[in-house]
Amino acid sequence: MSGFTPSEMMTIAAARALKNDDVCFVGIDAPSAACNVARLTHAPDITLIYESGTIGTAPSVLPLSIGDGELCDTALTTVSVPEMFRYWLQGGRITVGFLGGAQIDRFGNLNTTVVGDYTRPKVRLPGGGGAPEIAISCGQIFITMKQSRRGFVEKLDFITSLGHGTGGGDRQAKGVATKGPTLLLTDLAIWEPDPGTREFTVTSLHPGVRREHIVETVGWEPRFAETVGETPAPTAEELEVLRDLHARTKAAHSGA
Amino acid sequence: MAQFHTLHDAVAQNIFDGDTVAFEGFTHLIPHAAAHEVIRQGRRDLTVIRMTPDLIYDQLIGMGCVRKLVFSFAGNPGVGLLRRLRDAVEEGWPHPIELEEHSHAALANAYEAGAAGLPCAIFRGYRGVDLPSVNPNIKSVTCPFTGEELAAVPAIRPNVAVIHALRADRKGNVFLEGITGVQKEAVLASKRSIVTVEEIVDDFGARSPNATILPHWTIGAIAQVPGGAHPSYAQGYYGRDNGAYIAWDRIAAEREVFLSWMEENVMKVGPEIFEIRTARLRQDGGAK
Repeated sequence: MSGFTPSEMMTIAAARALKNDDVCFVGIDAPSAACNVARLTHAPDITLIYESGTIGTAPSVLPLSIGDGELCDTALTTVSVPEMFRYWLQGGRITVGFLGGAQIDRFGNLNTTVVGDYTRPKVRLPGGGGAPEIAISCGQIFITMKQSRRGFVEKLDFITSLGHGTGGGDRQAKGVATKGPTLLLTDLAIWEPDPGTREFTVTSLHPGVRREHIVETVGWEPRFAETVGETPAPTAEELEVLRDLHARTKAAHSGA
Repeated sequence: MAQFHTLHDAVAQNIFDGDTVAFEGFTHLIPHAAAHEVIRQGRRDLTVIRMTPDLIYDQLIGMGCVRKLVFSFAGNPGVGLLRRLRDAVEEGWPHPIELEEHSHAALANAYEAGAAGLPCAIFRGYRGVDLPSVNPNIKSVTCPFTGEELAAVPAIRPNVAVIHALRADRKGNVFLEGITGVQKEAVLASKRSIVTVEEIVDDFGARSPNATILPHWTIGAIAQVPGGAHPSYAQGYYGRDNGAYIAWDRIAAEREVFLSWMEENVMKVGPEIFEIRTARLRQDGGAK
């Protein structure tokens, strides 16, 4: 692997999964970078929505928070937060939601609430924010997370947002009609749910990544698809757009 | 009916020990100056509500003002966790606090229900997750028309809402724009309110007929505090001080560093410091 970092590969793989007609509920960090790379490359008409109420944003630098002024300045319109959650998210207007977390299990359930017991936590994490309803109201969910044994766990300490539950038809049994997590994009691979069990399965390894890297960074016995592809390396254009975005962002945030 | 006060008097006359207070703001327009005044006046046993508790809640908790926190996302946005909140929850310092935890959708709906005079909010949420098992205020109702099971949470009806807005006119009407979060709902859901503003103008002048304006008869106290949202931002006035958010992570990491920072930057100063703090942020970040 040379010429790009695993983080860049993760972000670019996520960007490629977005389509020009998507309406996307964006989170901070990797999702924000991925959505804006998509907008600046193959998906110029994508609609980016941040939960602060900004609809159709086109930031020239990545926001540090989901409510930076840059988002509002470049948005088509900005609505109140109750309206955002009621009309736009719950109303079923969002095609793709991005989520991540401190912990994920093999079915794409996520924990951003606590490590350890809820009442006596080892680490008190920020909590769910928009995630519990993003997870059930968006048409589908893309998850971006770096692989580690600490984060990819056999059993979550707390279920903050629903993925495929206990697998199979459990999500539907819980009264949720949307697709849930359809892609897990990591720094090492692309994972997709098995059509039957809904367990996340490696379908593509990033350039230079071997199967043992996956096994070493996951707290369960990972499954691989019958044919595992290799993720195309980032193109020169993709890398340039991503790096320019990060450079502009760094200059803007340190110069404030 | 809106009354113009100093920030000191607005807080002294409206926020009392044991009150339930919502200091709202969604990244934009966070009422930092007002929260600092509450800390200076030594309020205790507050129940504080906020969708996105950030630095001011870390400060209120670390200074021992808070008995209970109602929230949906507690973090330093884009930076990390809230270390004073963590210390209170994990180690009980300076004293243990009670948590009532929700999702954003739940609290946004609950503020709206409060403003609408309803006893509870109903929405499609919390399916397949663990929060309902640790928060008895998350229940469900069955739609009488379709049979769909929906989540229900109590309406939020604070004693006091505290917000920072862009301007007030001489009558006490309050204008805000940009990311308006849940501030309108929070004020209308509360019995009393304190609004700090960047400036007081004779007339709002040309504006959209749909501008967000809270009429003076919905407002309690107004105090002019230029820069009063810092290090948050005020659309058209000054930009967000991202460096201050990043620096907070280090300040809040150690109890002694935190206490001495609060002594120097909150206890020993007054609201006038906020105008000085935002001076260098007014050139480009906020100007449009």
